[in-house]
Amino acid sequence: MTATTRRRRSDTAYVWMLFPALALFTVFVTLPALVGVFFSFTNYAGFGSWKWVGFENYRSLWHDSTILGSYRFTLLFAVVTTIVVNALALALAIGLSSKIHFKRGLRSVFFVPMVLSGIVVAYVFQYFFSFSVPSVASSLGWTGGEQSLLANQDWAWLGVVIVTAWQAIPSAMIIYLAGLLAIPGEVYEAASLDGASAWRRFRSITLPLVAGYVVVNSILSFKNFLNAYDVIVGLTGGGPGTSTTSVAMGIFNGFNNGDYAYSMANAVVFFVITVVISLLQLRLLRGREVNL
Amino acid sequence: MATIPTPAPRARSSAATGERRSWKLTTVLAIASLAVFIPLYLAVTMALKTNAEASSGSGFALPTSLHWSNFSTAWDLVHFPRAAAVSVVIAVVAVVGSLAVSSMASYAIVRNWHRKAFRYSYFYLLAAMFIPFPVIALPQVKLTALLGLANPIGVGLLHVLLSMGFNILLYTAFLRSIPFELEESARLDGASTWQTFRQLIVPLLGPMNATVGIFAFLASWNDYMMPAIITADAQYQSLPVVQNIFAVSLTTNYNVAFASYLMAMLPTLVVYFLAQRWVLSGVTQGAIK
Repeated sequence: MTATTRRRRSDTAYVWMLFPALALFTVFVTLPALVGVFFSFTNYAGFGSWKWVGFENYRSLWHDSTILGSYRFTLLFAVVTTIVVNALALALAIGLSSKIHFKRGLRSVFFVPMVLSGIVVAYVFQYFFSFSVPSVASSLGWTGGEQSLLANQDWAWLGVVIVTAWQAIPSAMIIYLAGLLAIPGEVYEAASLDGASAWRRFRSITLPLVAGYVVVNSILSFKNFLNAYDVIVGLTGGGPGTSTTSVAMGIFNGFNNGDYAYSMANAVVFFVITVVISLLQLRLLRGREVNL
Repeated sequence: MATIPTPAPRARSSAATGERRSWKLTTVLAIASLAVFIPLYLAVTMALKTNAEASSGSGFALPTSLHWSNFSTAWDLVHFPRAAAVSVVIAVVAVVGSLAVSSMASYAIVRNWHRKAFRYSYFYLLAAMFIPFPVIALPQVKLTALLGLANPIGVGLLHVLLSMGFNILLYTAFLRSIPFELEESARLDGASTWQTFRQLIVPLLGPMNATVGIFAFLASWNDYMMPAIITADAQYQSLPVVQNIFAVSLTTNYNVAFASYLMAMLPTLVVYFLAQRWVLSGVTQGAIK
């Protein structure tokens, strides 16, 4: 057996290793995506005949107040939740990596929400906001809290933020803990000896050194929050009215109502927005790496 | 060797800085941890109440007697064994598929980085990270129905694909750090590419497999969106999806609903407490000092 035949044989092995990933990805992701884009230019209802309508669906989207509302809610929700999650996760990570008692036990507790099912957590919180909080509020004489937060058209989104954050904080915290561990303890010791206050140490040492992780975390969590679905289904079902209907919910609802092509146009717009935001964030990340 | 001497440096370093473990900070964190405990406490107390107790008040009061029968009622109502079996099928397909497909592809890509086809394949597969499921969901409903995959196996498969970009990113980063010289000697002994992969690379990937496997398990076990949309037959719905019978029925007995929620949460909680050392080892190791 010569060296060339041998190399060629091992090359085929590599091709077969890569093949399942490429084949499955092409059949189950690329193909449906292309088919979806195609049908967004038709009036297909999900069944029966269809004809080409050009940009008709896209024009209608622009005038559909329900759809525009879902984009407004989703973006507001994603921005606020990203800020809340990262601020709290960083604070908890700093606390949990300081010199404290029961460190291991406390860490275990704070990671628990990560392993629970989003929809089940949402059902539990649905009861909490609808019955527990109003009942406690009325026994304390706080009239503002007697109505359920989730029944309030203007503030129900806050409930979605709270439950999503409750669940998303641990995974952001893992990354921050790893980042904080990478900072050598001597840096802090030197700073304390020089008389730097705790706040000063946080601002001048911790924050610049974990800034890269803040960017990574913000990108990861923002992308997930744009796809919000499970928690909203369990908590508000998109209501009251359509005030907490996310883009993902809007796409699925359209499908159930026989608006296949229209929903696909919505999905295509959503995809373009997701990609543009991701690219902007990656740019930000690259800039950050240069600074560090 | 490294295990026994650890207490000594710990004592020395805290003495040197003059810093003690802070009770104040511990208290603050303990209070913050109530945010985790309160919803779980609510779930447990509610699950043990009678119908009458559960239908009034804030839900925080302890039950007068432990009403265990809620669990058996919930068990029958959601067909727990069937739903759990469906969830197991989804999770097994997702975990095994993620480990096999992503690790093989990553190995092939890293070892053939100099070849254009493999490099381009890498970027093509990474694109999966940018495609949200809602975007391709509608055509996928049609496709899976067409291929006879509108069932738990299809749901597991889609989980493999949608996490593939991220998994390949993890695996390739890890594989690049493995020196090629390790493989060289195996190759000289006449091992084929497959043999090298199975006997040398797969064991080396151990920690990465644990990470990918645990995340694949959690994501697929807990997911609601994909099974709810893809699975055609309500009989083959997973544990998170069947919980919606309590949300849609008007005559909800919250005690039974909460018993059911607890049973749905229990498997991942158990896995977490058994495997948390693996999941968080990288993070905790240095920090426990």
